[in-house]
Amino acid sequence: MRERIDCDVAIVGGGIVGGSAALFLRQAGLSVTLLERDWCGAKASGVNFGGVRRQGRPLEQLPLSQRAHAIWGRLPELLGIDAEYIRSGHLKLARSEPDLASLIDYRERSQGFGLGLEIITGEAFRRRWPALGDRAIGGSLCPEDGHANPRLVSPAFARAAARLGAVVREQTPVDRVEKDGDRFVLLSGDALEVRARFLLNTAGAWSWRVAEAFGEPVPLESLHPNMAVTEPLPRFLDVNIGVEGGGVYGRQVPRGNMVVGGGRGFALDADRARPQRDAVLTLMRDAAELFPQLRHAHVIRCWTGVEGYTPDRNPIVGPSRTTPGLFHAFGFSGAGFQIGPGVGQTLAELVTTGGTPMPLEPFRIDRFSPTA
Amino acid sequence: MSELLPPVIVGAGPAGIRAAERLVAAGLRPVVVDEAARWGGQIYRQPPEILSGAGFTRPKSALYGFEAGKADAVHRAMAAIRDRVDYRPRTLAWNCEAGALDLLSEGTSEVLPFSHLFLATGATDRVLPFPGWTLPGVFTLGGSQVALKFQGCAVGRRVAFLGTGPLLYLVAYQYLKAGVEVAGVFDTTPFAAQARATAGMLRDPATLAKGLLFVGWLRAHGVPIHNGVRPVRGEGAERVEALVWRDARGQERRTSCDAVAFGLGLRSETQLADLAGCRFRFDEADRAWLPERDGSGRSSVAGVYLAGDGSGIAGADAAELAGERAALALLEDLGRPVEAARVKELDGRLARIAAFRRSLSAAFPFPADWADAIADDTMICRCEGITAGAVREVARSGQAREMNRAKALTRAGMGRCQGRMCSATTAELLSRALGTGPDGVGRLRAQPPIKPLPVSAGAERREVA
Repeated sequence: MRERIDCDVAIVGGGIVGGSAALFLRQAGLSVTLLERDWCGAKASGVNFGGVRRQGRPLEQLPLSQRAHAIWGRLPELLGIDAEYIRSGHLKLARSEPDLASLIDYRERSQGFGLGLEIITGEAFRRRWPALGDRAIGGSLCPEDGHANPRLVSPAFARAAARLGAVVREQTPVDRVEKDGDRFVLLSGDALEVRARFLLNTAGAWSWRVAEAFGEPVPLESLHPNMAVTEPLPRFLDVNIGVEGGGVYGRQVPRGNMVVGGGRGFALDADRARPQRDAVLTLMRDAAELFPQLRHAHVIRCWTGVEGYTPDRNPIVGPSRTTPGLFHAFGFSGAGFQIGPGVGQTLAELVTTGGTPMPLEPFRIDRFSPTA
Repeated sequence: MSELLPPVIVGAGPAGIRAAERLVAAGLRPVVVDEAARWGGQIYRQPPEILSGAGFTRPKSALYGFEAGKADAVHRAMAAIRDRVDYRPRTLAWNCEAGALDLLSEGTSEVLPFSHLFLATGATDRVLPFPGWTLPGVFTLGGSQVALKFQGCAVGRRVAFLGTGPLLYLVAYQYLKAGVEVAGVFDTTPFAAQARATAGMLRDPATLAKGLLFVGWLRAHGVPIHNGVRPVRGEGAERVEALVWRDARGQERRTSCDAVAFGLGLRSETQLADLAGCRFRFDEADRAWLPERDGSGRSSVAGVYLAGDGSGIAGADAAELAGERAALALLEDLGRPVEAARVKELDGRLARIAAFRRSLSAAFPFPADWADAIADDTMICRCEGITAGAVREVARSGQAREMNRAKALTRAGMGRCQGRMCSATTAELLSRALGTGPDGVGRLRAQPPIKPLPVSAGAERREVA
């Protein structure tokens, strides 16, 4: 016998975007059913680096990112846990004068978004972060950026939504999705049928399947950021570190473990990925160069995940161009963790009010099609 | 499948050595990768050369007891082929990816491609915690044996032996022989179960006789042997000073000691098989997920062979036979001639050991109820400092229904050992809290590095030619 659920909003994908959308929709009083093929927050949302960072994002993302920043500030109230979220500051390092010029340029261009960036160089830089090696000549600090534990944050959004009455079904793949009149119909095997007025497509690297089902093919590519963590070390770093021009990034958690990332893992199949040997070794070399304290440490674990990337590295966020009532939010291209709850809130707003003050034009789903 | 690359054997214990011997006899030159400084594996571990150099030597009869002859034969087998294998001691295989192993040796990482991979990765102690198990002076049975065999020292002056499995009596006997006071043997198995299982063990009278001899010897030397025991706690301030335990009638008792050696059988080291892509199945006898292997030692992945305790606990004798048998399978897959009579003989002897092994499991059943008695505040994952209560909480609140999720939410198994030591406990706690069988909560996915990897290895890489 097939179970049938009728609700206002069906959400496909229980990552940080789908989970937070469910939470905000419940707060607005709508009935919500969230379907997750795996466990909520177990994919890219839960296994990413854990940087909670606005600095360095393309300017068009900053309104959403600022919206998310306010939500991060209310995390314990929303989720009931602090999820190891710390506003430690995010320091983006420059290894050359051109890189420093680029950081200064970003500070100028992002004026008015409220990031509060400070450029710190020379003696002041050395005094403040003596532990950083001499590879960096300075950096740009975003004092209210930070980091958090993604394994805890991301599942907690779906859990909080469930506490407010959302129906959350894990281990529930969506095999078919279509629109029947003014209702979306989602089928999970023979077990479950969900009917809803609205549909949110927040299925991460697998979102292209839902988009395609509604005639909106997207060039989404799965990539696998490579990460590693060391054994606990004495505290030497109080900021989340990035590097202008990319490469390695790192943060030290309060327990003392240093989490570093850089390079790419490889796909085992469409659903699973694994760290790649050259990426692991290169990451260790580069990390030890940037953080001399790591030279005598051990890496105890490496991991990666499956994340959807778009050609322009901006996400797809906003209404479907083919199907009223359908909203997409995916393709965060390795930078969805911080912005995720802001996007979730915006999706809830689109459903409940039919619009949003957030500028979503750069994130249109049809921007990659030749006729757009 | 190319024959240009030499077969690669991981592990120089009884299985790896007998496999190497067979491959050498067929004219191949296998690579033998081993973490230890000298060959022999855990069971026939040799003392460091530096000790012999310093004039500190002990005869094999003292090191290996009844097994001295077998140990010697295995050591000699490897010595005889030493010049015809590419032997890599002190080398960790930390990853297996795309037809190649990643090796770490002397701080340098190197990629070793293979066409045929032979995994003889062995086993370590399986433990369940009890209050006080992290006190200094509390060791695993295997660790206590290594201290004696390898370092030539005892873990204490008055040692209590706790747990189940053949190693329990063997190590107690070895300690007594070495002149250490044995405070007692505290066997979790009820006496009746052991007596019943003895009938089945008659399949291998030699091993049975040995077991009875250990027990007899211990009794004759006044060592108290208790059956049906459960640990209550280890007590002590600076280090363990007493083992508090409950006897078969439920009476709490206290035995003073300055060391406890405990273990509940062995658990296979399966991470490389996992990284190599082998399919796993749940094994009831070992109460663990093991890489599938057929009777000849072939895994589910073409070109990957499994032998010895690393893919199912069966002991050293079986490992020697299975190592040779899987090497014959490898040769057969290379299209080399293989002596059918030898294959048949090995298969027959392995089948007999398998039957004996089943009786052994009955004689030393896993005390699953031990897990229920673990107090919520007892630390189960000592790398990360995670308590039993934390694991039970994510199960009872519906947040975790399998091992990887429990790891993500609690950090149990995320530390230096990557769950090698604690995941048996986590699986028991999780499955009992959820009311599933031990097979109902899955297994931790292996990830490289399988053991901690020095960051400095990133800058010290030897490129593949």
